Amino acid sequence: MKAKTSYAQKLSQFQLQAQPDPYRPLEEVFKCQIWNLDTTTLPMLNGWYMHKQQPLTRLENGVVFGSLRAAQESYPEIIQNCHQAFSHTEKDELTTLNESQYTDGVFIYIPDDVKVADPFQIISVVNTQRDLLVQNRHVIYLGKSAEMSLIQCDDSVRYSNTFLNVVTEVYMSENAQMHYYKTENKEKESELYNHLYVHQKGHTHFHSNTVTFNAGYIRNSIVVNLCEPFADAQLYGLYLVDKSQQCDNHIKVNHCSTDCTSKQLYKGIMDDEAVAGFHGHVVVHPDAQRTAAFQTNRNILLTDKAKVNTTPFLEIYADDVQCSHGATVGQLDDEALFYLRSRGISEHNARKLLMFAFANEIIRYVEIDALQERLGDMVQRRLNGELTICDQCMLSDADNRDFVFPIDPSRI
Amino acid sequence: MLKIENLHVSIKGREILKGVDLQINAGEVHAIMGPNGTGKSTLASVIAGKEGYDVTEGRIIYKGKDLMNMSIEDRAREGIFIGFQYPVEIPGVSIANFMRTALNEIREYRGLDPLNGAQFLRLMNEKQKVVELTDKLSNRSVNEGFSGGEKKRNEIFQMAMLEPTLSILDETDSGLDIDALRIVANGVNHLKTKDNATIVITHYQRLLDYIVPDVVHVLFDGKIVKTGTKELALELEKRGYDWIKEEYESAK
Repeated sequence: MKAKTSYAQKLSQFQLQAQPDPYRPLEEVFKCQIWNLDTTTLPMLNGWYMHKQQPLTRLENGVVFGSLRAAQESYPEIIQNCHQAFSHTEKDELTTLNESQYTDGVFIYIPDDVKVADPFQIISVVNTQRDLLVQNRHVIYLGKSAEMSLIQCDDSVRYSNTFLNVVTEVYMSENAQMHYYKTENKEKESELYNHLYVHQKGHTHFHSNTVTFNAGYIRNSIVVNLCEPFADAQLYGLYLVDKSQQCDNHIKVNHCSTDCTSKQLYKGIMDDEAVAGFHGHVVVHPDAQRTAAFQTNRNILLTDKAKVNTTPFLEIYADDVQCSHGATVGQLDDEALFYLRSRGISEHNARKLLMFAFANEIIRYVEIDALQERLGDMVQRRLNGELTICDQCMLSDADNRDFVFPIDPSRI
Repeated sequence: MLKIENLHVSIKGREILKGVDLQINAGEVHAIMGPNGTGKSTLASVIAGKEGYDVTEGRIIYKGKDLMNMSIEDRAREGIFIGFQYPVEIPGVSIANFMRTALNEIREYRGLDPLNGAQFLRLMNEKQKVVELTDKLSNRSVNEGFSGGEKKRNEIFQMAMLEPTLSILDETDSGLDIDALRIVANGVNHLKTKDNATIVITHYQRLLDYIVPDVVHVLFDGKIVKTGTKELALELEKRGYDWIKEEYESAK
């Protein structure tokens, strides 16, 4: 109850934007700087889908994408299907609030057997002087054997207080595959609550990678329901926070059926007085025999004041299962530090190399090459203290500054 | 080049080295032999600057400077290289990135411009050949998943890259089959010049068939108890260490 009161108090200072802004080309407010990354861009400005003419785009192969509001008129049954899939899933109060109050969001529909090569990219930009409440709801539906990847970026352009409450629902039909990447680089005045719900049918494969560089407060919550046999979910995450930033990752994987597999690997580096949390929860339901579920959370604390709360948690009601969980909080490996220094590398740079290696393990799971390379660079810059919100956003570089990297691991 | 005078070293209050004297000049190869647990690796670790070793007496002078006042990295930048007995695995740090960072920091220390990417890659290709590493090394993580032989070859590869003045090879032959031994030894011989020096720490004479020493020392009970030519190594191979022990005990 306490939490609810504090949300209500917090939320009272923010306002929803009731109408979309007049159309402007996205390039005027935001420019993605991954030059070699071809994506289908789905821009959101202040909580509304940006479009010039048609709010929905229909491709020849049957793929549909665009504004969720518009899709509710044209494809109500698909959206209803998707909502229905989560009707028995436990939801927190912010999700409920989002359900009743969301402005707009993105709708993506991939028909059976269609494999979309280029990733979709949702870019949510906040550009306003007001204290803004953004409530977006995204619905993504994959038909049988459909494949797609999605990059979801949360960026800020102006300094303003924002409260973002985003719910994304993913429905995966049999044999579908999805790669989901979440990048977050928000100014310190922002609060971001990001909820992802995934419904997986038989033989589906879901892969997520959540990377947090800067945050005022960020909570990423992921709920995955493995509903039919041989569904697989791989969830990776990285958080690099400093100053008084906070980042929480809440994960719940429900093994509802037999022969499903899940893996969680989350890593973080906390500096200054930053606080991070990892709450991983795996529930193996009574009939979910031959489940394999693994949870790992590793953390490095750079100061005495930095803090991490980690609670890997397994709840098992079936007897034929293979599960493990583990968490570590530590400093860098002294033997490795010595080895690097004994070759002439300063202690400072040796630490940076080891921290990069620690963080980059997560980035290595990114399967889009251009994104992996860029994220690797971002981690490098973040650890060098060069990446701040002054860069305006995670993937844009509006002032086109050249950075000199003393260590450039990605190029050689 | 290196002068060790009356060196006493303790680990957690236990004295390991009990007065070592050693002088090494440019162009020389010295072998330090001896049974296990007599302080051979301790000597290498102290020269490298590893923490946890207390020098209670004596000093190490390298190129006229007292080593004890130098940081680990400065020793390397001054040209000291240790080939470790058990090289550490560092997942996620590529060999290329590791070597490029090291080389450019050493170059900066010496007032040289850093190597650009192309120059560096050319150097890497060239030096890989010294230890017959033909597969693409650059993207592999340092020692991660390497076999024992590969780890040792990687040590010699690093030595080739950094071109040290004084190399100390700590039990480089341990865990090597005969082919790997030949490759490692050829690498060391290839890198030998009149201006650098090498200390080979070994338990067996085997390696010294390939790397021929100018001087052989026997370290026993924390002291150098015998010094001779390469024939001493052969004698040790034939007779073992027991006679050294007896000689040492009776001299006490």
